[in-house]
Amino acid sequence: MAAIDQTIDIGDLQKPWYARLFEMVRHQPLGSAGALVVLLMVLATIFANFISPYDPEAASWKHQLSPPDANFWLGTDAFGRDILTRIIFGARTALFVGFTAAFVGATSGLVLGVASAYFGGRFDIIVQRLVDIVMAFPLIVLALAVVATLGAGTVNVIIAITIPFIPQCARVVRSSALAIREIPYVDAARALGFGHFRIIMRHMVPNVMAPYLIMLTTFVGQAILLEASLSYLGMGVQEPTPAWGLMLQGGAEEFAESAPWVPIFPGLAITLAVFGFNLFGDALRDVLDPRLRSR
Amino acid sequence: MTDTQQTSSALPADRSVAGDSFLQIRNLKMHFPVTEGAIVQRVIAQVKAVDGISFDLLKGETLGLVGESGCGKTTVGRCILQLERVTEGEIVFDGQDLTQLTQKELVPVREKIQVIFQDPYSSLNPRMKIGDMLEEPMKVHGIITDAAKRKERMRELLSVCGLDPKFADRYPHEMSGGQRQRVGIARALALDPEFIICDEAVSALDVSIQAQVINLLEDLREKFDLTYLFIAHDLSVVRHISNRVAVMYLGNLVELADGDELFNNPTHPYTRALLDAVPIPDPVVEEDREHKVIKGEVPSPMNPPSGCVFHPRCPLAVDSCRTSVPEFRELTSGHRVACTEV
Repeated sequence: MAAIDQTIDIGDLQKPWYARLFEMVRHQPLGSAGALVVLLMVLATIFANFISPYDPEAASWKHQLSPPDANFWLGTDAFGRDILTRIIFGARTALFVGFTAAFVGATSGLVLGVASAYFGGRFDIIVQRLVDIVMAFPLIVLALAVVATLGAGTVNVIIAITIPFIPQCARVVRSSALAIREIPYVDAARALGFGHFRIIMRHMVPNVMAPYLIMLTTFVGQAILLEASLSYLGMGVQEPTPAWGLMLQGGAEEFAESAPWVPIFPGLAITLAVFGFNLFGDALRDVLDPRLRSR
Repeated sequence: MTDTQQTSSALPADRSVAGDSFLQIRNLKMHFPVTEGAIVQRVIAQVKAVDGISFDLLKGETLGLVGESGCGKTTVGRCILQLERVTEGEIVFDGQDLTQLTQKELVPVREKIQVIFQDPYSSLNPRMKIGDMLEEPMKVHGIITDAAKRKERMRELLSVCGLDPKFADRYPHEMSGGQRQRVGIARALALDPEFIICDEAVSALDVSIQAQVINLLEDLREKFDLTYLFIAHDLSVVRHISNRVAVMYLGNLVELADGDELFNNPTHPYTRALLDAVPIPDPVVEEDREHKVIKGEVPSPMNPPSGCVFHPRCPLAVDSCRTSVPEFRELTSGHRVACTEV
């Protein structure tokens, strides 16, 4: 019998982690910046209780609308609550809503898209027309309609944001899965008598992870923006939970001129977070699946 | 479109060749519809990939199935594997017509019929370790329920196929093409099948690796008492491994005979042209040879010629070839040919 070849050189993977980190920053400077924002948000979420200087819900009548100073770095709002603290805790709300909605939406879309491609035929046509219907609504309109039906509140906001994500992800994943379906290892799995569920979950889903992960990160950014928009419109997260959209709403209407720090900093936080997730998602796309670049 | 193809259905069994009939294919047709429309789909054409072929496979033999690209030989394999729902015809295995079985009823049959694919790169799931890939079928079919024993058998399969059992923890991308093809073979053996369809199993490999894999396939045939349907376009490989050889052209069988008989005494004009195109590895002989190139192009399987499908390109064609489909007749014992003029 044939001799066994030597193990192949794994190359890049054997470099130390800091060298690989440096290389990543050099090749994807924007993506690294995005990753940094994501990382900061995650840290803020985890350690909010330890790093924030005050209680996010503690009102202080003595310090209403005080401008940024040494005690209140980003100033206080109309109730005297520290804006920096509320932005840090707001990151927790944003990330929780954003990540849950993106994860549930993208994952449901993943399974639906792969199943649609795998079964094909009439099932595929029906699923794809349903996807068309849902996708015909603008994101915010659909989310508003859902919240209007279910009522405001954090859980309903998550549901409202999840629903428009499912068809978006299903559409993208399906196109990848259609290609995978024609690859012989799927035929091999069928010839081995595996069930539909096993073929979909074990042989097809793991091979469409690239578009899934890209969609997931992009969705987190979109979900944060959507949550902020809904909260701003009063249809989302309710007071006194710290949420960026809510803080913006409270500030933008009354204090845009008299106390500009109230709306500016939450606005900046939203912008930065969405920008960060989008950059991160774009970089991930370039690395994982260069073919999707033109999308 | 009316079906003008009347092929010789209901062949008598190949009584001429020794060995029991193992798999009977009768008047197999696989027409792929070409559709139009997003919601209401209309069939605008049919691609007649396989158009009424019949043959028997004998226990323990290797039947070579040759033909040029697009002639439908891979589709025949896929039909036997029930990866396609056939348009018409019977595939009888173990007394059951596979075309009539449901997916659930097919599961026990799938243990007995396995496949080795052409491309070793795309036939293995890139996200699975080799060991898991080989254990999965045993687990799903409940052949070996004990995890340790399953692992043991997986290692055995690897070593039978000439791979170090250490490969179990590797992913496909960490292996060479030849090694991957051996994994493909090991996976086909995992369920202890009786019949393996080798769909261009060595075509994608280097010549030196090809020889190794062919030898492996031959060893395995002896060892596990296997029957092969060896689909290929490389005639020298087919000649080496096959007991009998069938030649396909545009969805039809044109000739079927014992290997030596077919290569030494080809009768169908297409078979002759095909064999004539094989270069002889001797420049002196090759220089003096006269290559008769068949005229024209292969017609589209969407609109195959009437009568004998080969008639537009055939040097022997007469008027009747245009209208009547030649019977797949027995020329001498065990040598069948679909031509009236030889």
